[in-house]
Amino acid sequence: MSHDHEISCEEVIERLFAYLDGELEDVSQETIDRHLAHCRDCFTRAEFEKRLRARVADSVSTTAPQRLRTRVRFLLDEF
Amino acid sequence: MTDQPTEQDDSERGGEGPLDRAAFAERVDALMDRLYGTALRLTRNPDDAEDIVAEAVGTAWKRRADLRDVERFEGWLFRILNNTFVSWLRRRRSREDLEVSSEPEDGDADSGGDFSLFARLHQPFLLWWGTPEHEFLNRLLREDIQRALDQLPDEFRIAVVLVEVQGHTYREVAEMLDVPVGTVRSRLSRGRSLLQQALWERARDAGLKTVVDSPDRNSDGSVDNGQT
Ligand SMILES: [Zn+2]
Repeated sequence: MSHDHEISCEEVIERLFAYLDGELEDVSQETIDRHLAHCRDCFTRAEFEKRLRARVADSVSTTAPQRLRTRVRFLLDEF
Repeated sequence: MTDQPTEQDDSERGGEGPLDRAAFAERVDALMDRLYGTALRLTRNPDDAEDIVAEAVGTAWKRRADLRDVERFEGWLFRILNNTFVSWLRRRRSREDLEVSSEPEDGDADSGGDFSLFARLHQPFLLWWGTPEHEFLNRLLREDIQRALDQLPDEFRIAVVLVEVQGHTYREVAEMLDVPVGTVRSRLSRGRSLLQQALWERARDAGLKTVVDSPDRNSDGSVDNGQT
């Protein structure tokens, strides 16, 4: 195990969102993966952020007004 | 990205695409609540959200020949929805350009970019309470999140919806909004921070405090916020 690949908790937390987005710039996904596999605190935090974002994604769906469904059906019938 | 909508017009007289009218309508109908909900979070206005969904579906139907793979219908349609929204936003901005600029100071990203809900939930006074982050998530309501999103300034909310909800890459969002990738990064960071702050404040006002105050909340009976 190379020392170069080690990363502190602070460095992981700073990059947590970029990691979850798959948008890391200066560190590889694997480096963070390895840290999370061994660090319970960071793992717990990463799990929380993942679950929170799943809830945010989930919250977006909103019952569409019947008027909109009718309008769209009409539009698809016309054209 | 192969199914990205293009400006070409030949689809109208060209092929019919992989879906006939009934199958197309059925798929749109199945996605309607998410289409509407996404448009509503982006615009914050029910009438505008309806217009954007209708316009996007109309555009999608005209360009149906561009859709090669039926499996990609959803991503394809949402991309058209986003593009429709961005055009709407530009039109609105050019109409409202007398208004004080709603563009956030992107340089401010650091000033509010570090609020962490997790850290708040793990404050010492909450630690006796088993796993605060699980409890928090269990109590969090869809309406809480919608309201918290709606209270974010436009640029931050749009970045959060496009990345967290729709799963776009930073580059895709940068192209859609015509801003540098670094701007997407900082808006997202600020947006998430503000969102978490709003959720924290909501939870604190709505019952988290009561839970903290009443360890024996099961026999207390007064704490029912978020229990369904
Ligand atoms: Zn760690």
